[in-house]
Amino acid sequence: MIQTPTPNVRVVTFKIDDRDFSAREDETIIQVAWENGIRVPSLCYLEGLSVWGACRLCVVEIVGSPRLVSSCSTRVAEGMEIRTDSERLQAYRRMILELLFSERNHVCSVCVSNGHCELQNLAQQCGMDHVRVPYRNKVYQVDSSHDLFRVDHNRCVLCSRCIRVCDEIEGAHTWDSKGRGIDTQVITDLNRPWGESDSCTGCGKCVQVCPTGALVQQGTSVGEMHKDRKFLPYLSRMRDAQ
Amino acid sequence: MSRTIAIEPVTRIEGHARITLQLNDEGRVDDARFHLTQFRGFEKFCEGRPYREMPALTARTCGICPVSHLLTSAKACDELLSVKIPPAAEKLRRVMNLAQLVQSHALSFFHLSSPDLLLGWDSDPARRNIFGVMTENPAMAKDGIRLRQIGQSIIEMLGGKKVHPNWAVPGGIAQPLSEETRDAMRKLLPEGLVIAKRTYAFYKKLIPQFAKEAETFGNFPTMFLSLVNAKGNLEHYDGWIRIKDAKGDIVEDMVPTDEYPRIIGEAVEPFSYMKFPYYKPHGYPRGIYRVGPLARLNNCNSCGTPFADVALAEFRTLQESQPVASSFHYHYARLVEIIYALESMDRLLRDPDIMATRIRARARSNRDEGIGIAEAPRGLLIHHYRIDDDGLMTWMNLIIATGHNNLAMNQGVKQVAQEYVDGSKLQEGMLNRVEAVIRCFDPCLSCASHAFGQMPIHVELRNAEGHLVDQLKRG
Ligand code: SF4
Repeated sequence: MIQTPTPNVRVVTFKIDDRDFSAREDETIIQVAWENGIRVPSLCYLEGLSVWGACRLCVVEIVGSPRLVSSCSTRVAEGMEIRTDSERLQAYRRMILELLFSERNHVCSVCVSNGHCELQNLAQQCGMDHVRVPYRNKVYQVDSSHDLFRVDHNRCVLCSRCIRVCDEIEGAHTWDSKGRGIDTQVITDLNRPWGESDSCTGCGKCVQVCPTGALVQQGTSVGEMHKDRKFLPYLSRMRDAQ
Repeated sequence: MSRTIAIEPVTRIEGHARITLQLNDEGRVDDARFHLTQFRGFEKFCEGRPYREMPALTARTCGICPVSHLLTSAKACDELLSVKIPPAAEKLRRVMNLAQLVQSHALSFFHLSSPDLLLGWDSDPARRNIFGVMTENPAMAKDGIRLRQIGQSIIEMLGGKKVHPNWAVPGGIAQPLSEETRDAMRKLLPEGLVIAKRTYAFYKKLIPQFAKEAETFGNFPTMFLSLVNAKGNLEHYDGWIRIKDAKGDIVEDMVPTDEYPRIIGEAVEPFSYMKFPYYKPHGYPRGIYRVGPLARLNNCNSCGTPFADVALAEFRTLQESQPVASSFHYHYARLVEIIYALESMDRLLRDPDIMATRIRARARSNRDEGIGIAEAPRGLLIHHYRIDDDGLMTWMNLIIATGHNNLAMNQGVKQVAQEYVDGSKLQEGMLNRVEAVIRCFDPCLSCASHAFGQMPIHVELRNAEGHLVDQLKRG
C-alpha cells in the first residue's frame, strides 16, 4: 500500500511518452499521467483508495527495462522514461480485457450499467472488439436479498474496490473475498446473504465505486445505473486529516 | 415407394425452417410437416436473473419485433410491482406498439410477400424479391420502404433506438415525451396514411386474380383468438381474450388475460422445437386456432377508426361465410391494420394526456407472479413470469404469436401441397406456393424457437408400411 505523502520529499524529473515532467518522488506514474491528461487505462485503481495492482491494465514500459510495470504501484524516479502506449501494451491490455470478458457473463446489452460501465468503456478505448478465448459460461447466483442493493457476481471483475472502500472509508469491512484464482468471489460478512449482513450500514459506497454492473441499486432497469464517486476524494481527505 | 420432399430453407421468412412432405404410394401428399430446428433456450437462461432485466433481455428474442417483447415483458413486470402505470405511459406504450405494427406489417407485405403477389408464384426466383418489385412497380417498392421507415422512425423517436429500445420499464416508461418529438411523429402520419390507403386500393383491385390461392392457401375452418377491448373492438395493447369458432360464434369472451392458462394448452411434438398451443377445452389437436391480423379482424366488432372501419367492412365481403377462413387473407388484414394503426396513433398523439411528466410508477416487487399479454404484429404474445422474494426469476413461459399459428401452418402446408404437388414432377411454382402459404402467417421463427430442453435433430423417412428407409441425424 502506498503511504500518504510524507513531508520533505524530493522532486524528480522524468519523461512520459517523450514529454518532460517533474513530480514529487512519492507520486505514482498513474497519478502523474492522469493529472496531465494521459489516460492510462485501469480498472482496480481508484483515487482515494489504497493501491491494489491487480488488474494489470495500467502496465507501462520503462525504457531500458524488459519488464512491464503497473503504473498504479510504481513511483516515478529521476530520469525515468515511461511509455504508456505501444503495440505491445495495447496487445496486452486487449488480452487482459478479453480474459475478463470470457471469465464471467458480461452481457452489456441487458445490463443496468450499460453505457456507464468502466469495463465497457475500456473495451472501447482499447479497441477490443471480439474475444479470442472461449467463454467460461459459468453461471453465478445473483444476491438480491438486500433492500437497497444487489450483487450480480456474473458481472464482477474482482477489482476489490468494494472491499477497500468498505474497509478504508466506511470502516465497516462488510465486503471481503472467498476462494482462489478464477473462483474468487466477493462476499458479505462471512459469506452470508447481503440482506442478512449485520455489519453493512447500507451506505452504498461499494455500489458507487464498483466499475461494472456487479453492484447496483435495486429498482434500476437496463442502462439506468449511473454511479457517482464525487464523495470519494473528499471523504478520503477527511480520513487522512484525522 | 413413398418419397419425402424436403424444402430447405424457406426463403423470405424470419429465421430458419424446414418442411418435409410425405408422399403415399400413389405419389400424393399424405402429410406435411413444418419443422423448426433452431434452438435458443431463452426461458432457461432468464432463470435467476433480476426481473427488471426481462424487458431488455426478452426483446433480444427477436430482431423483428423487439418492441412487442419489450412491451409485453414490461406489462408482466407491472404486474409484479402490482401497479397501475400512469396514463401517459400507457398511451405512449400504445403508440410504440402501433408503430411496430406498421413497420412489421409493411415489411411482411411489401418486402416479403409483394414479390409473389406482383410477379407471380411461377416467375423466375432470381427476380422474385423486393428488387424485382422495384423494376416491375417502383412506386410500390418505394411506398413499402417509406411506410416501414415511418413506423421505425416513430419507434426511434420514442425509444431512442430503432431496434431493442430500453424505453419501456417496469412501472411505465423511461422518458416523458417532448413537444418536438410529438410534433415530429404527428407530421409523419398523414403521409403514412396516404401510402396505406393507396396500397390498400391497389391490392383490393388485385384480389380477384388470387381466387385460386385464396381457395387453397390455408383455407380451412379453425377458431380465431385475439384480444378485444371493452367494446369488443380491435385492440393491440390490453383488453380481454375473445375466441370465435369457425362459424363465427363466440366461444370465449372477455377472458381476463390472467386466465389464459385455463383456455390455452401447449402440446409438444418431437419434430419441432416450436410448441403447439391449442384451445384447452377442445383438446389437442382439435383445439386448433389462428391468431394475428386475420384473427383480430375476424374477432372484433369494429376497428373504431373511420377508414379502417370501411376497409373492415370490405374485408368481410371477401368470403361469403364469416369469419374469413383463408389464410391468404392475412395479407389483406395486414393492410387494414396498417390503416388502423396510423389512424389510432394520430388520435393518441392528439391527446393532451400524453405530455404528462408522470410516466413511471415506482415500486418494488409486490407479487410473485406476473402475466403480460399484448398483440404483437403476428398475434397474441404472452409473457408469464414467477419470481422469488428477492425479485429473481424462478420460472418463465413465453407463448409467441408464431407458436399459436403452428398447428394452422402445418395444416396450411399440407393443404397447399395436396393441391399443387403431383408426385411425378416438382415444379418451382409448387415449391414457391408451399413457401408462400407459410409467409401468409408471416412466421417469425427466431422468436418461436425459444423453448428449452435439448433435442437432437433427427429426420426420419418412412415408407407407406412404416419402415425406416432413410434417416438423418444432426447435433
Ligand atoms: S463487486 Fe464490483 S467493486 Fe466489488 S470486486 Fe466486483 S467489480 Fe469490483
